[in-house]
Amino acid sequence: MAKNASAFAIGLLFGLGLLVSGMADPAKVLAFLDVTGRWDPSLALVMASALVVSAIGYRVARRRRRPLLAPRLEIPTRRDLDPRLIAGAAVFGIGWALAGLCPGPALTILTVVPAPAATFVAAMVAGMLLFRLVPPAASKPAAHQGADA
Amino acid sequence: MTSRFAPSGHRPERSSGAIHMNGFTPVSAVLGGAMIGASAALFLLLNGRVAGISGILGGLLAPPSRETGWRVAFLSGLILAPVAYAGLGGSLPPVTVDASYPLLALAGLLVGFGARLGSGCTSGHGVCGIGRGSPRSLVATGTFMAVAILTVLVVRHVTGA
Repeated sequence: MAKNASAFAIGLLFGLGLLVSGMADPAKVLAFLDVTGRWDPSLALVMASALVVSAIGYRVARRRRRPLLAPRLEIPTRRDLDPRLIAGAAVFGIGWALAGLCPGPALTILTVVPAPAATFVAAMVAGMLLFRLVPPAASKPAAHQGADA
Repeated sequence: MTSRFAPSGHRPERSSGAIHMNGFTPVSAVLGGAMIGASAALFLLLNGRVAGISGILGGLLAPPSRETGWRVAFLSGLILAPVAYAGLGGSLPPVTVDASYPLLALAGLLVGFGARLGSGCTSGHGVCGIGRGSPRSLVATGTFMAVAILTVLVVRHVTGA
């Protein structure tokens, strides 16, 4: 129960951060990606700032015996680079650039611009379901278990 | 309501109100980024999990398990953020979607499939993964950033859309 309440509050904070930072605005995301146009560097600061704070959190979390509300840390352990990682990131990058939306912001703006956001989210879920049809990578036993995120 | 949406793909007329489009907003960027980073940090410290949105959502597509509750809770918080934002007295920042419905559908499909194939998205790789010093996340983030920049270049400046 506490675990779910914490997840809810953290999800809320995450969404508020997306709204405050401008990351939830597809036009602003595209202005960041448009380096040869009227480039808006804001999102580089969003990522840098988020990275610093999350890196500190990770260092603290690793030093503790266990998380407060869970028996153990469940974080990805894979370090190898494989073709799927690169191909997946490339496909993701194309999709991100076509609409200026990635998963977090798309969910966050569902109540703000319901029709376009729901269209994107429905297609995104379809894409995720489509991935389930892809056979697991051979000879990498932990490939599917070790999803990074 | 500051949100605008132009389904036909035309750039909507800018009404009065806070317009930051193409404008550099360093203060809100750093503040909002710190909030995103703080939620990633808190999620590790409290729940022991990585705050990767595509992973949290993707996990819900499997049969219900003991993991279902916190996933639904996290995503509910995310979805309710604009309501909380307005409730806290803020007027929502602009949210401008210029893409047409077919383009939104194609983009969503690619983002969903790509995030699962590549084991993560902007949050999981870009914030949490690099924050942990994961080489996979560093490469994934570099790849999707480069490809996204290239895609915008082609769509906006080469094909002139």
